[in-house]
Amino acid sequence: MTAPVVELIGLGRSFPGNPPVEALVDADLVVERGDYLAIVGPSGSGKSTLLHLLGLLDRPTSGVYALDGIDTASLDDRERAGMRAHRIGFVFQSFHLLANRTTVENVMLSEVYRKGSRRERRQLASEALERVGLGHRLDAMPTTLSGGERQRVAVARALVGRPSLLLADEPTGNLDTNTSDQILDLFAELHDDGLTLAVITHDLEVADVAERRVQIRDGRLSELPAGVTS
Amino acid sequence: MTTPTWISDTEAVPRSGLTAGDLVGEVSTALTARPARTLLTALGTILGVAALVATLGLAKTAGNQIVRQFDELEATRIVVTNAPRQTRDENTQLNAIPFDAEDRLVRLNGVRAAGTKSPVELNGALARAVPVIDPLGQNEFQIPVIAVSPGLFEAVRAETRTGRFFDHGHNDRGDAVAILGPGAANRLNVARIDNLPAIFIGEEPVAVMGILDDVAREPDLLNAIIVPDGLARDRFGLSGVDEVHIDVEVGAAELIGEQAPLALSPNDPGFVRSRVPPSPRAVRSTVESEVNALFLVLGGLSLLVGAIGIANVTLVSVLERTGEIGLRRALGATRGHIAGQFLTESAALGLFAGVLGASLGVLSVVAVSATREWTPVLDSWLPLAAPVLGALIGLVAGVYPAWKASSIEPITALRVGAG
Repeated sequence: MTAPVVELIGLGRSFPGNPPVEALVDADLVVERGDYLAIVGPSGSGKSTLLHLLGLLDRPTSGVYALDGIDTASLDDRERAGMRAHRIGFVFQSFHLLANRTTVENVMLSEVYRKGSRRERRQLASEALERVGLGHRLDAMPTTLSGGERQRVAVARALVGRPSLLLADEPTGNLDTNTSDQILDLFAELHDDGLTLAVITHDLEVADVAERRVQIRDGRLSELPAGVTS
Repeated sequence: MTTPTWISDTEAVPRSGLTAGDLVGEVSTALTARPARTLLTALGTILGVAALVATLGLAKTAGNQIVRQFDELEATRIVVTNAPRQTRDENTQLNAIPFDAEDRLVRLNGVRAAGTKSPVELNGALARAVPVIDPLGQNEFQIPVIAVSPGLFEAVRAETRTGRFFDHGHNDRGDAVAILGPGAANRLNVARIDNLPAIFIGEEPVAVMGILDDVAREPDLLNAIIVPDGLARDRFGLSGVDEVHIDVEVGAAELIGEQAPLALSPNDPGFVRSRVPPSPRAVRSTVESEVNALFLVLGGLSLLVGAIGIANVTLVSVLERTGEIGLRRALGATRGHIAGQFLTESAALGLFAGVLGASLGVLSVVAVSATREWTPVLDSWLPLAAPVLGALIGLVAGVYPAWKASSIEPITALRVGAG
């Protein structure tokens, strides 16, 4: 029996102030391997805080976060960076592609901090781009790509390291309905392949595609029953 | 259940890292992404390094130029004269320098050539080319007569236009021969010696052996009739040597200056006095320090401006690249990786500026030397040290931006919209 990908026990994050801001309170969550999870909630509800905690970009003030069975509280900054490099793939709302590099070079960037073999790097990046359906645009510059294509490049960049968890933060926020659907279809395919996905969104259409839905309201996490949207 | 495609295996905690090759790759990509901007950023440092290299190079070149002239004429020249002395009879001139001064001096190590030179007192006698009294034209002249030993010609680096110099044989025998300076030859109307012209000094006939072309030292020889010591002693009553000219090897001047009085007047070296050129080292350092001081300050100032330029633009680019920094952190970069990347970028920029600046500096030294017909001289360490200096400046300039970049929180950085 392998450990769940994500295990949160009483996780909390408060920001200092007077009074302190409780961004996330006593969150419990288990994400099993292969789960497709949507985290929904209005803006300011603590979604971003949860994303940063899950992505090891921020540290909780209380509780336990185990990723792949590893308690992240015991890790130093370098090891947390290593976990980000090897076990987490990020997809952002604003894509974050480097404008002066080609598609394949953008994907290869993710191998840099894994110290991946330089010879295999282009090969791996090309395969990941093929996987997201952009095998024909390896040498295109991001400025010549449509929004949907750019986001698919970003997904390829997140996939190339074979992460345990794909974290997507409003992945369709900058896209129109049509291209949104392309990305959601891609996520569904990846889910079918066995990838674990956590998608943070305020878009209910996006949330509906997911297998599980978790709602955050005023920093409190609650799982919604399947098929019900708030 | 089939093997999932995109799932990693769970083992120990992985480490993120950055290989040196990847660092260089990332830095060169960043710097070449906007070449015009990179060049402009580096401009201040390029100019600063160029100014420093050019200043040091030109000072060295100019200093060397001056020293070389001293080497040729002054730094290798020693003149030995009789020291003024109190004597009981004020009319008596005591000459401590012996007539064989030349023989005594050429034995010294470091002496290239030596020769005596003494004016001959003619008591009003004139020189003329032919023993004919022509009432219509002036053919008698008051031309100085100088008695020399044969080695003097080499010691003053004289060259003949025609004929040759007299040698020790002529001197020892007291042969009635003479060399004419070009000025004297002109006045005496002697242009050729193949018909063995004779001139008269007073009533003494002497045969002209050669005509001088030029001398490097003692230009009064050019207007004189030059006769051997031996002749002057026999016929013109020369009683003693007035001065000795010595041509020494480069660097031997001080030593020979000390040894010459001993060689010439062993019993009482104080009777003769040698005049030694100023040390070339002292000349060089004065020239260099004077030229350098001002321009080094200017070069330093422009380096400072250059460093501020690099710091400024790097800082701006850190702010511009906030999204990229956040992305890199998300992809597994530590603060150290980010700081290292920006430090390496600014150091590489400085190195590039140093290389370019050194090239410009060397080129300007060569160009200036070419227009002045100087030999460009550079310390060999200079073109090598300049890029190192540039890299150091870039490194120092990059410290604050790199620290700033590494302290950007990925959370805030990722919120920034980017392509």
